[in-house]
Amino acid sequence: MAIEIEQPSVSVGLSKVAVSETHGEDSPYFAGWKAYDENPYEESTNPSGVIQMGLAENQVSFDLLEEYLEQQPEASTWGKGAPGFRENALFQDYHGLKSFRQAMASFMEQIRGGRAKFDLNRIVVTAGATAANELLTFILADPGDALLVPTPYYPGFDRDLRWRTGIKIVPIHCDSSNNFQITPQALEAAYKEAESKDVRVRGVLITNPSNPLGATIQRSVLEELLDFATRKNIHLVSDEIYSGSAFSSSEFVSIAEILEARQYKDSERVHIVYSLSKDLGLPGFRVGTIYSYNDKVVTTARRMSSFTLISSQTQYLLASMLSNKKFTENYIKTNRERLQKRYQMIIEGLRSAGIECLKGNAGLFCWMNLSPLLEEQTREGELALWDSMLHEVKLNISPGSSCHCSEPGWFRVCFANMSEQTLEVALKRIHNFMQKRERRRN
Amino acid sequence: MGLLSGKATCNTHGQDSSYFLGWQEYEKNPYDEVQNPTGIIQMGLAENQLSFDLLESWLDRNPDAAGFKRDGQSIFRELALFQDYHGLPAFKKALVEFMSEIRGNKVTFDTSKIVLTAGATSANETLMFCLAEPGEAFLLPTPYYPGFDRDLKWRTGVEIVPIQCTSLNGFQITETAIEEAYQLAQKRHLKVKGVLVTNPSNPLGTTMSRNELNLLVNIITEKNIHLISDEIYSGTVFSSPGFVSIMEILKDRNCENTQVWNRVHIVYSLSKDLGLPGFRVGAIYSNDDMVVAAATKMSSFGLVSSQTQYLLSALLSDKKFTQNYISENKKRLKQRHRKLVSGLEKAGISCLKSNAGLFCWVDMRHLLRSNTFEAEMELWKKIVYDVKLNISPGSSCHCTEPGWFRVCFANMSEDTLKLSMQRLKAFVDSITTTLHNQSNHQSIKNSRRRSLTKWVFRLSFDDRVTGER
Repeated sequence: MAIEIEQPSVSVGLSKVAVSETHGEDSPYFAGWKAYDENPYEESTNPSGVIQMGLAENQVSFDLLEEYLEQQPEASTWGKGAPGFRENALFQDYHGLKSFRQAMASFMEQIRGGRAKFDLNRIVVTAGATAANELLTFILADPGDALLVPTPYYPGFDRDLRWRTGIKIVPIHCDSSNNFQITPQALEAAYKEAESKDVRVRGVLITNPSNPLGATIQRSVLEELLDFATRKNIHLVSDEIYSGSAFSSSEFVSIAEILEARQYKDSERVHIVYSLSKDLGLPGFRVGTIYSYNDKVVTTARRMSSFTLISSQTQYLLASMLSNKKFTENYIKTNRERLQKRYQMIIEGLRSAGIECLKGNAGLFCWMNLSPLLEEQTREGELALWDSMLHEVKLNISPGSSCHCSEPGWFRVCFANMSEQTLEVALKRIHNFMQKRERRRN
Repeated sequence: MGLLSGKATCNTHGQDSSYFLGWQEYEKNPYDEVQNPTGIIQMGLAENQLSFDLLESWLDRNPDAAGFKRDGQSIFRELALFQDYHGLPAFKKALVEFMSEIRGNKVTFDTSKIVLTAGATSANETLMFCLAEPGEAFLLPTPYYPGFDRDLKWRTGVEIVPIQCTSLNGFQITETAIEEAYQLAQKRHLKVKGVLVTNPSNPLGTTMSRNELNLLVNIITEKNIHLISDEIYSGTVFSSPGFVSIMEILKDRNCENTQVWNRVHIVYSLSKDLGLPGFRVGAIYSNDDMVVAAATKMSSFGLVSSQTQYLLSALLSDKKFTQNYISENKKRLKQRHRKLVSGLEKAGISCLKSNAGLFCWVDMRHLLRSNTFEAEMELWKKIVYDVKLNISPGSSCHCTEPGWFRVCFANMSEDTLKLSMQRLKAFVDSITTTLHNQSNHQSIKNSRRRSLTKWVFRLSFDDRVTGER
């Protein structure tokens, strides 16, 4: 007689982390990706395809990089006969290549117009900012603790900060009444919310310039954030991944400048994350860094970076590139100009279609206000509009709800990951869409 | 100042142990043939430096690969933007084919089941995150790679329970030892989620026998647990009995489409076989779709640089190159291994018979003052400070028997190896002479003796150690 034995489910094998959904990849945010992948716009072969405007990539300055590589081939080939190859191939020291750290420190200084100094021995190398943010979270918080993060924020944080670390994100609610700036009241409210749930707050994590707002954080707000962190005795992590994408150098104030002005008082609670994925347009190379003013954090982060080191081949290339001051000065300046130009183009294009955006001054995207178009001022209303944008207008843009924005109707629209021609096509489509709506209403 | 997390303040990274003394001493006084001929020779670093010329000449003949070009056309932009955690298809294809070649094409691998990670360090940790909860345990045969204490436990909260292996049977895994490990886990109230083995073994330098592999398959089937086979040294097997991969065993036993098939996972890396530890190229291979899916997403935290993926896809797709490299590399390792073994023999030191790896498992029990780990530490310190050789003490690998040391042979020139053996011989002669003559007035070239009583050393078994850096 057959005996039915209940087969153990697959998860007898796997951990909770492995089967959880905190990787966040089932959200509608990723559905847009899918739609693009299935029908990608291509100028000649698929002109009616979906235009990808949900990808914050910087493709406007590749020619500068290519030119550099043309002129300095030894940076990528270790020179004729590859004399530096062996040493480079063997280099797995988690301190990171000294010449690379030196070059990064000087690049970060240049981006800040020399208004802040960086010590190459406080730089920890990681495979991208994704790794840097997770690593810092492991170091600064225990499972069950919380980080306060201002909304709207980069959707990837839900995974990067929470998935394997087991920590919670408590939002600092920001809204359009004051251009989504962080207020002391919002900070206190977020802290109290955590307290009410018996959750220990370990720090505040900001992105400056902001993703998705595309705007730098004002000096006064940074001062308030540092004071708040000091009062509560918590950490302050400043993800400055878009620092080189501020359209004008003077408009970006780094937390490093605030610290320098205070002679580094209370600086042991401050940590900066940086990466070359946005400013240099090299997300594939996995180049991230943690810069910490806290010695113990530097030491611990360094050891932990064993799990996520940057390929020495890539460190070598970038050490060469970024130590070339002539190259970096020209790159930073030109890149800013081109991003600003793109930004102007999209803002004007949207304005002429009757659409307003948050006043931005940085980043690879603008924060567009489509709330007047919503059938209902709810998340559902927003997602319905997003769906039409995706399937009718064939533009993949990011709905504010995926960024945890508390006000429905806002969308992040990227402008630097395509050619100017493609951007024009996109703007035209939006124009037509808006005109059709006007006609339908009248 | 605000507190740091438990992970930041604990010791599980393992780097405060006295084991680091050897490393530090080496860094302070590194041997250099010309600049510092009396310095410390590094024999604690499992690197493969024997076959770089083959890589260099390939690079010279194929400048496009490192120059971001494919068929003469620049693909720089494409690579710069490529951050897909599924990995560069051309690289994955070349990698699985290389892995197959290393196994004599007795097994083939599917590119859809491989996940790329920044080194085997990352791969092993990622598998822990996927397969075990904090507080659960994996069984590891001792002696094992010291780095596992950090890699498997630190951020994951997973525990390691040792499967004690001894020299009685060449440190092979036995059923009894596994059962005992299970009992130990039970006593510690730890749920066992799997077994992790390194095959070929670090630090033993031996390939696992078919018996052991079959035993493992039996155990994981019976206990319904996972098996991770870290095959990072699979390309360094230089003599018989040859390398048998766990995949081969599963195939032989017709385990495809059974549940146990899904619970076996392989870790690989190019750090040892190709000598490219700096490039951070590791991989997880699993037959379980959910593990592949979860590990793929997790790899976001440690992706391989696309620049490096492209270079290696070109290198490993060149079958003429890989065939020649694999065989030539083996020849050189075999030769080097023989030189070390005969050098040790001349010094009256034997080692475990081995056929793989970049090191030998050396038996210095007869040189110990007593059969204790204190004596092992005393001897180790003498070898580091007096003989000026940095070798790895067995205690750092959690060996249960004092007196064993791991000595690397592939990270230096032949001359340097020769010199290290001369130094060792001189040291052994001096000790033996001392023991025979009970005299303190011998002066031996290249060896300064110190009074044994100076080497009082307290060894705490809780000291964690870290691996090669």
